[in-house]
Amino acid sequence: MINRSRLESVTERIIEGIIRFCGFSAILFVFGIFFFVFREGSGFLFSGLDIGQFLTSPEWFPTSVSNKRYGVLALLAGTASVTALSMAIAVPFGLGAAIFVSEFCGPKLKETFKIVIELLAAIPSVVWGFIGLTVMNGVIIDLFDAPIGLTVLNGGIILALMSVPIIVSIGEDALKAVPDSYREAAEALGATRWQVIYRVLLPAGKNGLLAAVLLGIGRAVGETMAVLMATGHSVQFPSNILDSVRTLTATIAAELGEAPVGSDHYQVLFIIGILLFTITFIVNLASDLVVKGIRNK
Amino acid sequence: MSKRQQLLYLFVIFTLMIAVAGCGSGGDSSETETSDKAVIQNAGSDTMVNLAQAWAEEYANVQPTVSVEVSGGGSGTGIAALINGTVDIANCSRQMKASEIERAKANTGKTPVELIVGYDALAVYVHEENPMNEISIEQLANIYGEGGNITKWSQLGISHSTCSGDEVIRISRQSNSGTYHYFREALLGNTADFKLGSRDLHGSKDVVELVEKTPCAIGYSGMGYRTDHVKVLDVAKKAGEQAFSPNVDNALSGDYPIARPLYIYSLGEATGKAKEYLDWILSAAGQKIVSANGYVPLETGAPMTESSDSSN
Repeated sequence: MINRSRLESVTERIIEGIIRFCGFSAILFVFGIFFFVFREGSGFLFSGLDIGQFLTSPEWFPTSVSNKRYGVLALLAGTASVTALSMAIAVPFGLGAAIFVSEFCGPKLKETFKIVIELLAAIPSVVWGFIGLTVMNGVIIDLFDAPIGLTVLNGGIILALMSVPIIVSIGEDALKAVPDSYREAAEALGATRWQVIYRVLLPAGKNGLLAAVLLGIGRAVGETMAVLMATGHSVQFPSNILDSVRTLTATIAAELGEAPVGSDHYQVLFIIGILLFTITFIVNLASDLVVKGIRNK
Repeated sequence: MSKRQQLLYLFVIFTLMIAVAGCGSGGDSSETETSDKAVIQNAGSDTMVNLAQAWAEEYANVQPTVSVEVSGGGSGTGIAALINGTVDIANCSRQMKASEIERAKANTGKTPVELIVGYDALAVYVHEENPMNEISIEQLANIYGEGGNITKWSQLGISHSTCSGDEVIRISRQSNSGTYHYFREALLGNTADFKLGSRDLHGSKDVVELVEKTPCAIGYSGMGYRTDHVKVLDVAKKAGEQAFSPNVDNALSGDYPIARPLYIYSLGEATGKAKEYLDWILSAAGQKIVSANGYVPLETGAPMTESSDSSN
């Protein structure tokens, strides 16, 4: 240790530098992206855009010849409804599966399960969208006697299938992190299996399980291609789950490619990007506060 | 054991990915290496992408030393690429806007040159079990336009038994596609907008596919995208007038009311290989491909060529 050669100490320092750079680069990239999105949208955001109308009007007419209107309320409602439905499906299924994988099944079955779930996570979103557009559309028309199958329900189910793998794998890790001594103590006190899970494991793994759910929500809010194809891409308020909607992300994806660079329409799409940034920031902040609150109890 | 299994799976997947990627790039490089081809970059209109692909494939036989690389993305995308200089020629299913021409001049110092390469009739598609056979521009305006009052099939005087709820499901395109702009202008003129709440799909082909599977739907798309499983309506200029089906003769005679020219733009007069390619597209051989793909070829003296003069 004392006789460390000069070469070793130099390489040590270089490697340390590289690792430090890797750490800081994450922050750099996040701020870089935020700066870029903000710069592209800021011109119109501060001069020209009526922010009140932007947030409260459901009228989205970005390419109207006579009267352009930029209102994202219907798009917000679309994102909210699809995300809410997908979480209503994915959270019980995902957490249930996490509990099953971590507490009930044997080691062999567990391995199979984990591989299958990881395979589910590996399916590209455009393939999910394609399934929504071609398979689920017909199924929903037949099952619910609906006029069209590209609906909140279709998008919600597909997003649920996409977020379940995340919820399962992170939720399972959270439950695995609960020390075995807790389980043993509970069982020694005569608790049934259900009581162990409900009274001991869930409270002990609360933070990790919440993180799992929030990451699932993040996946659902940010997903683009699948919802673009499966929800029908239609600007309207959904009155039930068999209505078509359009989400914020899908609007950016569909319209940015052909919006002339620098035009109002182009800048509004970047402002939607800022809005999405803000939404995810609020979700993350809220989750941090909730987790802290739980910890302090 | 479990970790090893996981690693094994990962390894297998990675090997497959690398193998696939290797094949792909190997094929590409062999193409470019074996010959020193001149490459013409071509992008733009989603309506024209199949046609442009067919031209490119046929031209590879005619002129093996030139390869034409075609991509879609939409008329606006093609024009943006032209202005940025990433493509040599851009396909466009609408005319370039004045603002776009200005931008091209400012960015490149060259004026875009317009060339009409064929015509497209926009077909109105409904489900094959829909009993309707013809529709008028007025009715379409009332279905699609803001303030239009037709929301049920029964309002059009038909009983559509396979459509539960009787609702007219409007299938449209994303609001900046050339097809959308042309259809809106043809129906509503330059001032009005479409109603919100239409399903805005992202490609010409998607519209036809969705109409095929949705009994209540009505949609519009280039007539080249027609399949055997959808019904194409005859369209009349006004209610009570004779309706015409979208075909080559009716489009050329001007009887079919929603037909439009298809354009190719270049920056300045095309020169060299690109000029040869465009000349070939306008020749009999190139125009044969236009009709083979379900579009309307150019015909000298046809009534719709009024704007082609400006391109020369």
